Amino acid sequence: MEFITESHYYRVMPFLLEGLVWTLLITFVGLIIGFVLGAIFGFARLSKNKLIYGIATVYVEAVRGTPILAQILFIYFGLSDLMDVNIDKITASIIAIAINAGAYIAEIVRGAVYSIDKGQEEAGRSIGLTRNQTMRYIIWPQAFRRMIPPLGNQFVISLKDTSLFSVIAVGELLYMGQQYYGMTFQAFQALTMVCIMYLIITVPTAVYLRRVERRLDV
Amino acid sequence: MISVKDLHKSFGSFEVLKGINVEIKEKEVVCVIGPSGSGKSTFLRCLNLLEEVTSGDVLIEGDNLTDPKININDIRSRVGMVFQHFNLFPHKTVLENITIGPIKVKKMNKKEAEKVAVPLLEKVGLSDKADAYPESLSGGQKQRVAIARSLAMEPRIMLFDEPTSALDPELVGDVLEVMKELAHEGMTMVVVTHEMGFAREVGDRVLFMDEGIIMEEDVPANLFGNPQNPRTVEFLSKVL
Repeated sequence: MEFITESHYYRVMPFLLEGLVWTLLITFVGLIIGFVLGAIFGFARLSKNKLIYGIATVYVEAVRGTPILAQILFIYFGLSDLMDVNIDKITASIIAIAINAGAYIAEIVRGAVYSIDKGQEEAGRSIGLTRNQTMRYIIWPQAFRRMIPPLGNQFVISLKDTSLFSVIAVGELLYMGQQYYGMTFQAFQALTMVCIMYLIITVPTAVYLRRVERRLDV
Repeated sequence: MISVKDLHKSFGSFEVLKGINVEIKEKEVVCVIGPSGSGKSTFLRCLNLLEEVTSGDVLIEGDNLTDPKININDIRSRVGMVFQHFNLFPHKTVLENITIGPIKVKKMNKKEAEKVAVPLLEKVGLSDKADAYPESLSGGQKQRVAIARSLAMEPRIMLFDEPTSALDPELVGDVLEVMKELAHEGMTMVVVTHEMGFAREVGDRVLFMDEGIIMEEDVPANLFGNPQNPRTVEFLSKVL
């Protein structure tokens, strides 16, 4: 085997950088939408209205109870089949991340808001703030701080989940690595570099989060 | 000024308040004492609807709180409340804690609100803490900020829910001093307290609550000096 003779570690890079761009794009756009979904459904899960609570609970449990691989196939093939349209791969990937992360973020939002002492709401209401004002100015800013570590964690999870979209041939990081060793048969070198690329994003994120967590702890 | 008629409050099947009747006049300082679980905090919280009233009427300056059409936020801005655990907003500075009410409820701009807040901070003796965050304050300082926060809404009535119960003994005095000053200025106050000394000295009237009703009420000299109800006698013998 010609192992290190030709540096495929180096040659694979243009492929992987292109893949990384798509990975990051899908992750970021998906998570922004996912955060909006998570906030909406998180508050719905705190609602006293049984219908609103019920709908949100069905969404959260359905997403958390099924594998994301099934979800992406469902969105890309299932929905295209049902509605007789072709959904663009990137769009399908972004939707999949958004819906998937949205369910987990809903639980993060619910937990963080729920964890704020009841006295905060009472204090806000007792000076005459409305329910909405109390949520916006008193509860949410405190809850949001507590959400930063789990949200960062979700970022790492969603980023890694994008690799599953290689099954529908989205040109993300893992898929581009596969493309490369498909042509060159250099699976070891290509996949090593793929993993390193993931780690370059995920390790600093984890380190940063640990620091934030420690600061919030005190 | 406050008129409570046959107030009942249940949590599920458990009846905490079993028919409270009381009239409180303007500028009156009423202290509520009684064993824990007697319903005194629940009674106080019904006066600004932090607890929903099960039945009966609560009138604040003629507005019936049990009327579903009532603007409760408006009432609450006229009725200040001070909590046992202070409930300061930890993400806001002392000054911001005090100005948020005037800014968001009374629609003042920041400058106007600070003009209200600064003298109040002076009044509670914490002018130097305006830019501090609550976590850096002692319990007594926190409670004084909480009082200033309530006063910033220029309430007509102040409710105190065991304001000194969570404080170290040596910090109680400063808080009581501020409350005394308020009483002397003519604020209408309802104070749930375990500080019998305060009740005796500052209260115009003392209510003794037990088992969800007002067992006895009188001016402090009589209630402490010559209690009539055997439950009052028993309670006072334990706490005095």
